[in-house]
Amino acid sequence: MDPRHPLDFLTNPERFMAFSRWAAPLLGGLSAIAGVLGLVLTFLVPEDYQQGDTVRMMFIHIPAASISLFIYVCLGIASFLALVFRQALADLAAQACAPIGAVYTVLALVTGALWGKPMWGAWWVWDARLTSVLVLLLFYLGYMALRGALDDEQKAARAAAILALVGLINLPIVKFSVEWWNTLHQGASTFGAKRGDGLPAIYAWPALLMGLAYLGAFGSLWLVRIRALIWRRKARSLAMKLAEGAR
Amino acid sequence: MKAFGVLLRRELALAWGRGGGPLLALTFYACVVVLLPMASGRAPERLAAIAPGIAWLALALAALLSLERLFERDYEDGTLELLALGPAPLEAVAIAKCLAQWLATGAPLALAAPVAALMLGAELKVMPLLVLCSLVGGLAFAFLGGMGAALALGSKRGGLLVAVIVLPLFAPPVIFGAGALDGYMSGLSWTGGLMLMLAYCAGAVALTPLAMGAACRNALD
Repeated sequence: MDPRHPLDFLTNPERFMAFSRWAAPLLGGLSAIAGVLGLVLTFLVPEDYQQGDTVRMMFIHIPAASISLFIYVCLGIASFLALVFRQALADLAAQACAPIGAVYTVLALVTGALWGKPMWGAWWVWDARLTSVLVLLLFYLGYMALRGALDDEQKAARAAAILALVGLINLPIVKFSVEWWNTLHQGASTFGAKRGDGLPAIYAWPALLMGLAYLGAFGSLWLVRIRALIWRRKARSLAMKLAEGAR
Repeated sequence: MKAFGVLLRRELALAWGRGGGPLLALTFYACVVVLLPMASGRAPERLAAIAPGIAWLALALAALLSLERLFERDYEDGTLELLALGPAPLEAVAIAKCLAQWLATGAPLALAAPVAALMLGAELKVMPLLVLCSLVGGLAFAFLGGMGAALALGSKRGGLLVAVIVLPLFAPPVIFGAGALDGYMSGLSWTGGLMLMLAYCAGAVALTPLAMGAACRNALD
């Protein structure tokens, strides 16, 4: 019997490398397939009776927005595991996912602005959801700034992990406060929407496929970045050994 | 408890002794308030509309800028290590520091806020609420800012880094405070915003010391 923990391949660097070696390209490939199918469907669905052609923006906007939030949750969980259980790989995972999350957030903001211009007549309005996504971007940037500002890598990792956890507690409060502040953005129309307000099935399929594509791309990029960080650590420790040997 | 009292007295003495206590923060606050009409035009009706909000936001900035060296000073000269060995836990040290900071700069700023708002043309009836919001909000700003200062310990670029970490966290109290002021000015319900801000402030005072203690311990390792 294997005495190892069933999730060992996520905590043991050796086994993680073996796992991510095939998982990263697999996720990337699945993401590409879902993305192509989703984009084809995006251009095949009929126009919306109110929004016309611009409804197609939805399929590249909504997945970016929801996954940018999902990545922050991943960042928070990884930071928790790194801080409390001292998991070295979880720390690398947190470090690796922050820039990806920031890029997804920017993507959500940019596609949202491009959609907002024809629909609301403005690139940007200070509405609840837009503002809270912008604050989410600031959280990502603050995390990356703190992580980059401290020279000692271990201290930087722990300080950043504390900040990520504080952000995780704060994010729902920011969301609530900004919603309390004002609202113009439409309510949710995917999950938990009122009956009759939900997304019709013909629009749900491309939305789902694009969501899977974005999610797969995140997973693949995340694994690739973690692998790169592991390699960088290995390279550094090898260089240290070499330098010691030369002495 | 005795140790806490001693710490608080020490922090207050430090805050008053160096740089003239609240004077620096008050001057900064005055500078922001002076620059505002220059930037936005001096039409009274336009200024009056934004006066309480600006008085409120400038307060957050002034609170933030004076916080930057809250832990750094003790960290650099080794005092923080001695404090860590002392009878009071680092969490209590952090509470004493933030509380002293609030007493030394937050409270004087809150008393200055009505003067600034008055000069910008806000109505007199909003002043009691502005002072109350500034006092409560200042407490939240002090604790959140203290956390940012503790997290940034040991970095070479303190001030800007603390601001980048902390300002997004200021979003809820700024919204709640401005909401209460705005509601009061336009005759709508304003207690909701005030209550929410009190709740946020209580949460910040209760939870950020844990983060500050962990951050200080991390920096001292």
